[in-house]
Amino acid sequence: MHKRISEYVIEGCIRLSGFAVIGFVFLIFLFLLKDSLSLFGIYPVKEFLSGLHWLPISEPPKFGVIPLLLGSLYVTFGAIIICVPLGVASAMFIAEVAPRALKHVLKSLVEILAAIPSVVLGFIGIIWLGPFLKNSFHLTTGMCGLTGSLLLAFMALPTIISISEDALAGVPKSFKEAAYGLGATRWQALWRIILPSASSGIIAGVMLGVGRVIGETMVVMMVTGNSPIIPISILQPLRTLTATIAGEMGETVSGSDHYFALFAVGLVLFVITFVINFLAEIFLRKARR
Amino acid sequence: MSTARGREKAAFIILGFATLLVVLPIILTIVYIIKNGFSAISWGFITQSPRNGMREGGIFPAIVGTIILIIGTMVFSLPLGILSAIYLVEYARDNAFTRLIKLSVVNLSGIPSIVYGLFGFTLFVLFLKLGTSILAGALTLSIMSLPVIITATKEALEAVPYSFREISFSLGATRWQTIRYCVLPYAVPGILTGTVLSLSRAAGETAPILFTVAAFYLPRLPRSVFDQVMALPYHLYVISTQVPNMPAGISFATAFVLIALVFLMNLVSILLRAHYRKKKQW
Amino acid sequence: MVEQAIIKVVNLNSYFGPLQALKNINIEIHRNEILGIIGPANSGKTTFLRALNRLNNLNDTYSQSGEIFFEGQDISGISDSILRKRIGIIFALPQVLPVSIYNNVAYGPKVHGVTNKKTVSEIVEDALKKAYLWDEVKDRLDLPALRLSGGQQQRLCIARTLAIEPEIILYDEPCSGLDPISTAKIEDAMEQLKESYTQILVTNNTKQAARVSERCGFFLMGELVEISETTALFTHPKDQRTDDYVTGRFG
Repeated sequence: MHKRISEYVIEGCIRLSGFAVIGFVFLIFLFLLKDSLSLFGIYPVKEFLSGLHWLPISEPPKFGVIPLLLGSLYVTFGAIIICVPLGVASAMFIAEVAPRALKHVLKSLVEILAAIPSVVLGFIGIIWLGPFLKNSFHLTTGMCGLTGSLLLAFMALPTIISISEDALAGVPKSFKEAAYGLGATRWQALWRIILPSASSGIIAGVMLGVGRVIGETMVVMMVTGNSPIIPISILQPLRTLTATIAGEMGETVSGSDHYFALFAVGLVLFVITFVINFLAEIFLRKARR
Repeated sequence: MSTARGREKAAFIILGFATLLVVLPIILTIVYIIKNGFSAISWGFITQSPRNGMREGGIFPAIVGTIILIIGTMVFSLPLGILSAIYLVEYARDNAFTRLIKLSVVNLSGIPSIVYGLFGFTLFVLFLKLGTSILAGALTLSIMSLPVIITATKEALEAVPYSFREISFSLGATRWQTIRYCVLPYAVPGILTGTVLSLSRAAGETAPILFTVAAFYLPRLPRSVFDQVMALPYHLYVISTQVPNMPAGISFATAFVLIALVFLMNLVSILLRAHYRKKKQW
Repeated sequence: MVEQAIIKVVNLNSYFGPLQALKNINIEIHRNEILGIIGPANSGKTTFLRALNRLNNLNDTYSQSGEIFFEGQDISGISDSILRKRIGIIFALPQVLPVSIYNNVAYGPKVHGVTNKKTVSEIVEDALKKAYLWDEVKDRLDLPALRLSGGQQQRLCIARTLAIEPEIILYDEPCSGLDPISTAKIEDAMEQLKESYTQILVTNNTKQAARVSERCGFFLMGELVEISETTALFTHPKDQRTDDYVTGRFG
C-alpha cells in the first residue's frame, strides 16, 4: 500500500516541527542581536560592557552594564550560599534518610514550592519579608539585595533538590551494598560513596538553579529596590539585569538608544544563561553514564 | 564503632534540620496567604470588576484574561510540542542534527522569562504587527512552554513498549500508521499530564506578558484576539507595587486566587497521572 | 512452469555498524516448503530472517549488500508495506497489542485498507481457524488479548499474520517460551499451512527442526554452512561443524 498524500503531509509537518525548536533559539538570538547592534552603532561595545554607570536618562546617556551585572551577581551569590547547602542537604535527607512515607510528603512539598508563581513570592517579599528584615537589622529599607537573595534561594531550591535527589537515587545499589558489606554506616556510605558518585548530577542541578536565579525577574523587580548603582553591601538596594529590562522597557520609546540598550542587556542575559545551561547539560550527560 | 554511630546521628540531624528549614517556610507561606486572603474572597470578588483604582471590587477580568491566555497557549504549544516530540522519538536518526535539536530544547528551557518577553515584543508585537494582544501574549507563552511539553511527550512516547511498534511494522503498517494506532493512544496520559503542568506554569508567568498583552485596567472584556487582557500575575504585581493605599486583604486575596488556580491545575495533572497509572494494561 | 524457488538470496552480507552478522549468504527458498534454520545463538539466524522482510532496517545501524529476489523481483523495488504484507513474521515471545483478540487480528487488514466490517470479520474468523484458535476464543473475541495464555497468544500472533494474507511466513523461535502442548498445536498448524504458504522456521531446538521441516539449513557465526534435506542433514552431514552441532558437541 502506498502512502497516501495525507500521510506525506502529516510527516512533513512532523519533520518541520522537529526543526522548529532550533529555529526558535536562532530567532531569539537573532532578534536580540539585531536590536543590540543598533545600539552598538552609536554606543561603543566596550563602553557598554565595561561602563560603571547605568544612566539612561542623563544627557548624554550612559549605558554601562557593570552595575546591573554586579547587581545580578551579588543577589545570585547571596542566594547560592543559602540554597546550595540547604538544597543538597535536603536532597540527601530525602533520598537516603527519610522513611518512605515522609519521603513522599517531602517531595510533594517541594513540588508545591516549585509551583508557586514568582510574582507571589515577590508579593510576600514586599508585604512581609522586606519589613521584617528592615526591622530586624535596622535597615533604611527592606527592599534590598538580601531580601532578594532569600527569596531567590527559596525559588531555586526545588530545582536543586529534585535534580540532586534524582542524582543520589540514581547511584547504583551495588555501590551502597559494597559499602555496607565493608562495615560502613549509612552516613559513611552516603558521605563517602553516594555523594561523590552523584556529584555530576548535583553540580548540574546547582548550575540550573543558578541559571534560574540569574534569569528571575519578578522577585528582584519587586523587592530589590531597583537602584542601578554598583552595590557595596547586600543590605543595599540594587538592580539586576532582568529587572532593568522589565522596569525600564515601559518608559522607552521604540527605536531609541535606551530601547536598544535594553535589548543589549537582554543579549547579555541570553548569553549568560546559554552558557550555564550548556555546561549544566554536559554535567547531566556525564551523570547519566 | 560508637563514634561512627554518633557521627551518623549528628549528621542525620543536621540534614533533617536543613530539610526542616526548607519545608517549614513552604508550609508557612501557603498558610500565610490562605489565612490573610481567605477573608477577602467572596463570590463578588471573583465575579466583579475592580473599582476605585483596584482598591475595591473584584478581579473577574484578570481571571478571565488568565484563562484566555492559558487556552491560547495550549492552542499553539500543544500541536507544535507534540509533533516535535514525535519527530525526536519516532523519526530522528542518531546524528549531530538530532543532538542539536535536543540541545535547543534544553536551551529554550533555560532562557529567562524576561528575554522571552523582549523577544515576544519585538517579533509578535512589532515585527508581525500583532500589537499588544492576546495573540502576541499567547504566542510568547507558547514558545516558553514548548520545552516542557516536548520533554513530557518524549517521555510518554518512549515509555510505550517497543514491541508495539515492531508488531505494527512487521504487519506492513507505515510509520505514521504505527504512531497513530500503536504508540500515540498509549502516550496520551503522559502527554496530558505534561500539558496541564506546562499550562499551570504559563498561568503564573508575569514577565512574558508584561509587554505583549497585559493591561493595567480594561473597562470591558476582550472581544477579539487582538485585544489586550488583564491577567492575574500582572494584576498582583501592579497592585503590590504601583497602587498606593492598597487594602492588603485584596492583595492577599488576589495572590490566593492565583495560587489556587495554579495548584488546581497541578492537582488535575497529578490526578490524571494516578488515574492512568491504574488503567495501564501492559 | 512455476519456478520452484520463491525466494533467492544472492551474496547477502549484513552489518550492524562495523559488526558483520551475515557473511555471503546464498540460498534458495522453495515454494510451499517448511525450511528449518538451525544453529547456535548469535549465528545470524534471526538477522537472516529479518533481512527477508527488511525488519532489520528498523535498526539505525543496519546495512547490507547483496540481493534478495522474491518471485524473481528484486525486493529493493518493493515498498516496505507491501513486502511485509507478503512476508509475515512470528516473533519468539508472544507479542500482542493491548487490545481485544478481535482487534489484534483485525489490525493487519485495517492498515492495508480493508474497511468493510463484514469482510474484516470474515478475515478474522478465517485466520483464527487456520491458527487453531477459533474454537477457544470464538465466544469472547472482545476479551483483552493479554488475558490469553502464552500458547494461545502465540497462536493469536499466527492468526494476526495470516490475516494479512502473506505468501511466506517466517517463524523466529516461536515455541521457545511455550509448553509442549502449545508447541505441538503450533507445529500442527504449520503442517496444515504448508498447503498454501511457504514457511521458514528458525529454531534452536534441533528435534523440532527434525520433526517439522523438509529441508534444513545450518548457520554458524554468520555463515550458511550447509543446507540439505532434513534427514540427510542430521544423519549424514557433509560438514564437520554441522556434525558437531547436531550431535551436541557444542550448542
